[in-house]
Amino acid sequence: MDVTVRIRRYDPEVENPESYWQEYPVTMDDSATVLDALIKIREEQDGTLSLRCSCRSSICGSCAMRINGHAGLACKTQASSALTDGNTIVIEPAGVMPVVKDLVVDFSLFWDKIREVVPYLQPQGDEPEAEYIASNESMLHLSSVTACIMCGSCVSDCTVMEVDPTFLGPAALAKAYRFTADPRDGDEKGVSQERLEQLVEPTGMWDCTRCGECVSACPKGVDPMGRIMALRDQAMESGLNNSNGARHAEAFVDIVGHSGSLNEALLPVKTVGITNIPGLMSFLPVGLRALTHGKMPPLIHPNIENVQNVRKLVKKLEDPPLD
Amino acid sequence: MLEHDVLIIGAGLAGMRAAIAAQANGANTAIISKVHPVRSHSNAAQGGINAALTDRGDDWEDHAYDTVKGSDFLGDQDAIEVMCKSAGRSLIDMEHMGVTFNRDDEGKLGTRAFGGQRKARTFYVGDFTGQALLHVMFEQLIKSGIRSYEEWFVTGLIQEDGQVCGVTALEIRTGQIYAIRAKTVIFATGGLGRTFEPSTNALIVTGDGMALAYNAGARLMDMEMVQYHPTTLQGSGVLISEAARGEGAYLLDKNGDRFMEKYAPNMMELASRDVVSRAEQTEINAGNGVDGCMFLDCRHLGESLIMEKLSQIREIGIDLIGVDMITDPVPIRPGMHYIMGGIKTDIDGLTNVPGVYAAGECACVSVHGGNRLGANSLLDTIVFGERSGNHAALASRDVDYVEFDVDEVVKKEEERLQGILDRPQNGDRVGAIRLDMGQSLNNNLAVYRNQAGMEETLRDMTGFRERYASVPVDNKGSVFNTDLIFSLELGFMLDCAGAVTVSALDRKDSRGAQARTDFPDRDDENWMKHVVVTKGEVGPEISYLPVSITKWTPEERKY
Repeated sequence: MDVTVRIRRYDPEVENPESYWQEYPVTMDDSATVLDALIKIREEQDGTLSLRCSCRSSICGSCAMRINGHAGLACKTQASSALTDGNTIVIEPAGVMPVVKDLVVDFSLFWDKIREVVPYLQPQGDEPEAEYIASNESMLHLSSVTACIMCGSCVSDCTVMEVDPTFLGPAALAKAYRFTADPRDGDEKGVSQERLEQLVEPTGMWDCTRCGECVSACPKGVDPMGRIMALRDQAMESGLNNSNGARHAEAFVDIVGHSGSLNEALLPVKTVGITNIPGLMSFLPVGLRALTHGKMPPLIHPNIENVQNVRKLVKKLEDPPLD
Repeated sequence: MLEHDVLIIGAGLAGMRAAIAAQANGANTAIISKVHPVRSHSNAAQGGINAALTDRGDDWEDHAYDTVKGSDFLGDQDAIEVMCKSAGRSLIDMEHMGVTFNRDDEGKLGTRAFGGQRKARTFYVGDFTGQALLHVMFEQLIKSGIRSYEEWFVTGLIQEDGQVCGVTALEIRTGQIYAIRAKTVIFATGGLGRTFEPSTNALIVTGDGMALAYNAGARLMDMEMVQYHPTTLQGSGVLISEAARGEGAYLLDKNGDRFMEKYAPNMMELASRDVVSRAEQTEINAGNGVDGCMFLDCRHLGESLIMEKLSQIREIGIDLIGVDMITDPVPIRPGMHYIMGGIKTDIDGLTNVPGVYAAGECACVSVHGGNRLGANSLLDTIVFGERSGNHAALASRDVDYVEFDVDEVVKKEEERLQGILDRPQNGDRVGAIRLDMGQSLNNNLAVYRNQAGMEETLRDMTGFRERYASVPVDNKGSVFNTDLIFSLELGFMLDCAGAVTVSALDRKDSRGAQARTDFPDRDDENWMKHVVVTKGEVGPEISYLPVSITKWTPEERKY
């Protein structure tokens, strides 16, 4: 198989460093991975190419990079499945994190976020002499999260972190969930109240926009976005419904459950709270812009036809299940 | 000045366990690693960790006997006793730290069967136990606040009158050279897998610690004992866990017959690794395989078991060779996987070089002897990591730092590395030399060995060294110059390859992983001893150490 590997390169040591593209022709087996191609280039053509890689079997998390525009592990991607324009593979460093050299990015941001969620087990009671007793199901569930190899693919493609680096992000929040969902962490019921209180703060669980990029980028099926949604459920269940995010979710259900469709003028008001004057004032510039651009949602919001059906449906969902 | 009571080189399981233990003993501790700790090769251990828990009706002496027998009676029984006695406590400690071990129906830790053991005593997290343990150990490292030099490459040891008193290291991100003062140094640098081609080992596993210690005067022991794992994937040779056979998978020949019946009628596919790998190689040589491979058949295990317990190796098969173990047998062959030998230590990790310790795969205590049992390596790292961390911390309490001229040391090291960068751009590249070396070792020091083949490799080694002396480095820069690092690693690998070859040539019997066609029998009268290599004036020198035998008399091994 003859392929062209087009690599976005960067050398910080030249004068006025800027990234540039370089193309390498590579001949290799049909079964070779993208990483095989990169190693071949490095070993046979150009030793100046820098990248991280180690295990070759999707477990060390070193070789996350953008392959044809999307983050993934080079060692898990078959070269033959990554050909664009006939025979070209486009390789770029992972996103969000600053580039150090070529395909090597600075992971400081990534690890800082992990540290922020206090990433170790914190049981509150006494340690048992033997192991903690826990169901196999609970451990299998956690293992599907601890299968995260910290490769940074999710962070690379996170659309919120791209514009707001203060967001904890998908990897750290999934890591946090690994503890909040652990029956050994927190109080004797396994509730990690302090963690949840930290995570409902701004930059935490409510800042995810559910774009789903992290889910498709993750090479280990960890489903970071799903874990963030599960964190939200845990927070609401443990009474943490006084954050903007929680009130937004509740207001959404309230409004739709009453009128059958979303009242976009009322939603922000209910989210920040009707008595929260500074909070409401903060919407003024947006409101004025909406007004001048003809985008102001109508202030009168009629119910939809047969709204009673929607109300019944919402009530049914809110009622506890029969069994 | 960077200075530490205890400096651990390598941040895999053994290294991080040692660091946490040293810190807990009040030592000013730091850990230094050429990769971030979670990228370490402990990740690759898939199947589990052994421990005999008394509340399961198991007994550490049974575990110890299985280990002694697995070692082909070359393992030191005093050390094996220490490891197997400590196993239960070490395992429970890991659970308390947060490892998400699979459970049984009562919610206690579940077990699976593993090779060479008469009882199921392997505790596991799916088929990624090493990764699960490594990440939890890293969590504990964060909790401890231990100074961690991440992506720093140790280029040399600093010695004054034989005493090791620090290291020189390259900060990969900047290219800056530093000298770090240390009262004690613990090597936890892992194996030497990349010396062979192919190997299951990660690209970072280049024998750095063994070579550094050897050059500082340490003894390398049992270096001829190189484990070929029975199930490595066709093509790239990545690992397919023994957990598959532990869960009941079969090994089949091209006719679909379970050939292990001929070699190990009782234990079948779960005989010890050396036995299974020899059986496979014998069958492959006799033409009973397909394209140089036998088959691992998991189909009868069923989709739900595979998805719960073997999902990651299933994915590897699909990703790398397009074979789904749920529906098809997986082509596998024996492949270089582990080295039982390493830096000779006592049961506290101490070596013969003052101030130097070693733990994990780079060390040889010797608990694995001629052949390591599956799931004893994770145990080895944790037990002896902790012991060496404890001991080094105590040993550093009453001693002062040895003074040396830091500027002078740094300047000399900078000049040495600059000399490598300044070489002319001709001669063979690192990759080409490594490939030739790896293939030579894999041809002549694999499952079956003989005098002529090994002598050929020994002759090859001279050529590799000559080519290495002028190996060019393309990258002249300072920032993340991996090209320079690969050339330093190749030097380490050449030292290791030499030690393996001379040890294997010296041992004139077949025992554990060393199967010589010219000396096919185990010869206890002459060779019930450890082969030791030290660096002499003109090259490697061989000596011997006795095997510690406490309660298990050597006997013929049958599975």
